[in-house]
Amino acid sequence: MAQYKLVRCTINGKKVEQMVDVRASLTDMLRNDYRMTSVKKGCEVGECGACNVLIDGECFNSCIYLAVWAEGKHIRTLEGLMSEDGELSDIQQAFIDEAAVQCGFCTPGVIMSAVEILESGRDYTDDELRKLLSGHLCRCTGYENILRAVRKTLDKRLGKV
Amino acid sequence: MVVGKSIKRIDAFDKVTGRTKYTDDLCDKSAYIAKVLHSTITHGKVLSIDVSEAEKIEGVIKIVTCFDVPKVYFPTAGHPWSTDESHQDVADRLLLTDVVRFYGDDIAAVVAENEVAAQQALRAIKVEYEEYPFVLDVEEAMSDSAPLIHKNYPNNILGHSSQSVGNYEEAIKEEGLIKFDNWYDTPTVQHCHIENHICYASMENGRLTVVTSTQIPHIVRRVVGQALSLDWGKIRVVKPYIGGGFGNKQDVLYEPLCAYLSTVVGGRLVKLDSSREETFVSQRVRHAIRSHIVTYTRPDGTFVARKLELFSNQGAYASHGHSIAAKGMGCFRQLYPCPNVEAECYTVFTNRPVAGAMRGYGIPQAMFAVESQIDDIAKGLNLSPLEIRKKNLMPVGYKDEFSKNVNYFDTFNQCIEKGKKYIDYDRKIEEYKNQSGNIRKGIGMAVFWYNTAVWPISLESSSSRMVLNQDGSISVQLGETEIGQGADTAFAQMAADAVGLTLDKVNVVSCQDTDVTPFGTGAYASRQTYVGGLTIKQTGEMLKMRILDYAGKLSGIDAAELDIVDNNIITVSDKKFVMDVAKLAITALYSMEDSRHITAESTYQIKSNAYSFGCCFADVEVDIRACKVKINDIINVHDCGTLINPALAEAQVHGGMSMGIGYALSEQEIFDSRTGRTLNNNLLDYKLSTFMDHPHLEAQFVENAEPTSAFGTKALGEPPACPVAPAIRNAVLNATGVAVNKIPMTPHVLFEEFSKSGLI
Repeated sequence: MAQYKLVRCTINGKKVEQMVDVRASLTDMLRNDYRMTSVKKGCEVGECGACNVLIDGECFNSCIYLAVWAEGKHIRTLEGLMSEDGELSDIQQAFIDEAAVQCGFCTPGVIMSAVEILESGRDYTDDELRKLLSGHLCRCTGYENILRAVRKTLDKRLGKV
Repeated sequence: MVVGKSIKRIDAFDKVTGRTKYTDDLCDKSAYIAKVLHSTITHGKVLSIDVSEAEKIEGVIKIVTCFDVPKVYFPTAGHPWSTDESHQDVADRLLLTDVVRFYGDDIAAVVAENEVAAQQALRAIKVEYEEYPFVLDVEEAMSDSAPLIHKNYPNNILGHSSQSVGNYEEAIKEEGLIKFDNWYDTPTVQHCHIENHICYASMENGRLTVVTSTQIPHIVRRVVGQALSLDWGKIRVVKPYIGGGFGNKQDVLYEPLCAYLSTVVGGRLVKLDSSREETFVSQRVRHAIRSHIVTYTRPDGTFVARKLELFSNQGAYASHGHSIAAKGMGCFRQLYPCPNVEAECYTVFTNRPVAGAMRGYGIPQAMFAVESQIDDIAKGLNLSPLEIRKKNLMPVGYKDEFSKNVNYFDTFNQCIEKGKKYIDYDRKIEEYKNQSGNIRKGIGMAVFWYNTAVWPISLESSSSRMVLNQDGSISVQLGETEIGQGADTAFAQMAADAVGLTLDKVNVVSCQDTDVTPFGTGAYASRQTYVGGLTIKQTGEMLKMRILDYAGKLSGIDAAELDIVDNNIITVSDKKFVMDVAKLAITALYSMEDSRHITAESTYQIKSNAYSFGCCFADVEVDIRACKVKINDIINVHDCGTLINPALAEAQVHGGMSMGIGYALSEQEIFDSRTGRTLNNNLLDYKLSTFMDHPHLEAQFVENAEPTSAFGTKALGEPPACPVAPAIRNAVLNATGVAVNKIPMTPHVLFEEFSKSGLI
């Protein structure tokens, strides 16, 4: 029999609470209970990175993170990235400008990893960026334009261009 | 004019904000969950299925087994239907089967209130089988002692065809010829779109609605109708945005079963979401093909006679079947025309997962064999790989008698020149001579043959509809589908130019709904920009004529004297402003005297399938002791005619190159020879290229406007994946002197090859 537990957390800046099946993944909770459908299911075993979200500032594959572990955590999904008045963040705009989006299914997860990278305030070489992003599988882009979008945004934030 | 400009994708904003809705995002939470029970034997018969324990599980609504479903066989290939029975696809699938033909075949299905109950029920079902011997290898499957997988297909041969030019046997008697006789192997690989296949179905007013992640909504409607013995008009198929397809979703997958399950629970909403593991095993894969090529040349490298034998591993069911091998064979006599050619190909059933369409449709396999042998010949004759290609490649003006395709331009040489220049070929060829030591560098290249759409196998046609809205914008609908490649953006650009509007005045209706979308067969054969462009131009001109006709009436100027440029109606002769389209549109709709709803719809028929050629150059570094290949630089050059959107074209090439790199170095499904089971049915053990496995991917173009095309464009969707693996293989040959005739060139394969040749 299913067991339920109250999970209180913050999603994209908003405090929420919900009774959650203790067996549910964070992906399930975000998609089904909060309709955060940017959180995608590509494998559900932590291989593809499509369900990646930020938990207290750190990237996790939400498919292998239990919903009940989210208690007290600050969770950020792609839905939270655009400003209230509809202005895109720099990294979202860069994905558009660099043609880094194709089918778009891996896009939300990759952008959230890029956010973690950008918010570190550090500079990285291209090889380091490739390693940091390598938890995401993409079949459409060959990763080329995604890397360029992240590189350009990083350089801009660091005042290099 | 917006054709030719790198317009930002029209769907990019929604995709970077996460609001694009894919199938699962649209499905109501109330849906029942369906799960499929897959066989745990490779070949045999289901004797009985005991569902008594499974039915007791709370939340289980219905269990259907292979003994319950109608015995109606249906085809699944995403081909246009043929009304000629002899050309119809093989109908060999049942919704659920009692004869198991591969490990993972579909034998029962559970409908439950939730996923957990459905999974528990699957585990509680008890199946009793009678096992038969199985066969995984094509040559074994063709032997007389092999188990027969489908009756009516002796020696498991699904298809066999041949081609002959000149007189091979006579030609090889010429004195002084040099013979090259080689075998080449390509693996079973999977499409690995990141969104697994998913669909949901329900009934409304006595009709079935199926929402599915597919490339081919109109074909899905037909096959669901065939499988369920329903009138095709009783079925509505809806295709939302999809998370990639690459050919797997150019097959009808679980739509018929999902629709059937809805009918057995009173038309309630049923969702069937495949797991990654099911995607690898129980859907479609790329055909593993073994090719045997014999080439007789003169010492100067002139080809005198060539022979090809091609063996294609179909797996357990026919799906796209022999078409793939036949396409691979078809290019053999064309790419390097030779006066004496004999070619034959076999497509053979085995007890492996089912092979279907995958990006390139037989050409990546054919190019690996053909382009590898060209380098083997060059090496044997001590000629440059470029020289021997230039000597024998399809010349300008070549006409294929079957398709009537003409090679109008000097594409191959133009592409090769660009590739050479980028990779610094001549200097590197010199630099990489006489290397010793553990790390050795090499440079290699390959060309490829491809064509656009499927004429003359079927008459290509495509339909579009345009509706003028009150604000002077138009809504555009096509049956051709956006699957991530950027089709909608290209359609919008072409429609804008065809009518004379700016891009912001064009709304492409992305979602296909067979109840309202004009007929079109969908995303395959790299056809859509080509065939879609032709219908867009035709319909756009019809719409424009109707707008101008009304403008003539309003202005008193002869419609033939009017044109539309940038949303304005102007006079042709002196370019004078007459009125804007928005004004006309609102007048036309709400006129008290002559109200017109200005729309246009038309079908274009295309009897051509334009050649689309190009090449790849790769610069690699081989660590001999580690048996590892690292790509230092790589470029694809394509002549896909006029580029509609250069930035998106480049992005398309990147994705194909990535798929080609995986094909060359890491990707393969591995089958257990003892059980027939697929051992690496997940993205951890199946080695898809990651961010770390690529260097920069360079994509360049030669733009020779295709004369048969409305906007000068032709195939680009699949071609990028075609030349990459042989280019990398030839670079390894250049680096090490070792001809590796099998991909993927994993350390296991290279260790064997390097050991044999004494390198280690």
